[in-house]
Amino acid sequence: MILQCAVLFAFLAVGELIVWLTGIPVPSSIIGMLALTTALKLRIVRLMWVDKVSDFLVKNLGFFFVPAGVGLMNCLGLIKAEWVPIVLASVISTFVIIAVTGWVHQSVRRIMSSRHELSRK
Amino acid sequence: MSYLENKFFLIGLTFIIYVASQVLQRRTGIAYLNPILISIAVLIAFMLCCGIDYETYAEGGDYIDFWLKPAVVALGVPLYRQLEAIKKQLLPIMLAELAGCIAGIASVVLLAELFGASREVVLSLASKSVTTPIAIEVTQAIGGIPALTAAVVVCTGIFGGMTGFKLMKYSRVKSPIAQGLSIGTAAHAVGTSAAMDVGYRYGAFSSLGLTINGLFTALLTPFILSLLGYTV
Repeated sequence: MILQCAVLFAFLAVGELIVWLTGIPVPSSIIGMLALTTALKLRIVRLMWVDKVSDFLVKNLGFFFVPAGVGLMNCLGLIKAEWVPIVLASVISTFVIIAVTGWVHQSVRRIMSSRHELSRK
Repeated sequence: MSYLENKFFLIGLTFIIYVASQVLQRRTGIAYLNPILISIAVLIAFMLCCGIDYETYAEGGDYIDFWLKPAVVALGVPLYRQLEAIKKQLLPIMLAELAGCIAGIASVVLLAELFGASREVVLSLASKSVTTPIAIEVTQAIGGIPALTAAVVVCTGIFGGMTGFKLMKYSRVKSPIAQGLSIGTAAHAVGTSAAMDVGYRYGAFSSLGLTINGLFTALLTPFILSLLGYTV
């Protein structure tokens, strides 16, 4: 488990380093995640070195959001004053994203596969 | 200082409440009793009753919050396991993500404006669909309120995770890849954990969705806002 944590935090540290060097406005964790996927693909890192701690964290991802959610109590006043636009806009927008992302993905795939069929004929 | 403000007590309390919420959901079988939501509500009620402020809670809570970053790095593993499937569909995935990102930011900004939100609140909502660290950085960059963004991001994630798969049934988003992508795009890591419960493949594409939407949102939000008439 120590090896597993070492690998995971090494990639987070790499992400931090890249952000520190370049100053790009992308979170270090996202860069670390892409670097980990790349290293696994290039076989620099073996899956068995990092799978256990990763599976544990991914499986319990929701729990780590609880403290950020408790931060809600710090803006209760603001939310009380503007809860209607906040709730309606977030809820409807979530529906919009799910539908648009899903539709575009399915239609592009359909178009691509029908072209593929045509070129076969 | 009262014992109730001890950080180890507060960390322990967070764990216990979360476990109890999980048990409650399992025993009752009611999907809407989301453990994240219940835990947040119970903890806020507890703090308000005992007169503990958020800064005191955060002294303990930060130790849990700390694991968010390594947990996002850990999403690289499911992503790696699905790499072959992703390569085959790079174009549909990228186009879907671009469309989802633009539609998401534009819709939340225009709707919030329509329903009468103040400028600061509108700006704080723009990045609501991406994972907390990205969302907060975007909000700081464009001049919103980071605390509000953090709260809205968590709530959006919980809401998307709870209702996402039902909505896909109505909107005819059917393929497993499209479903995974959509929920990750709309509801970041909380949506991804809901997708993991449905199946590993869904979860992997959901983590892809949250990553690409995170990158697009970080890069495009200022640009989209200026197109919508906001000077940021």
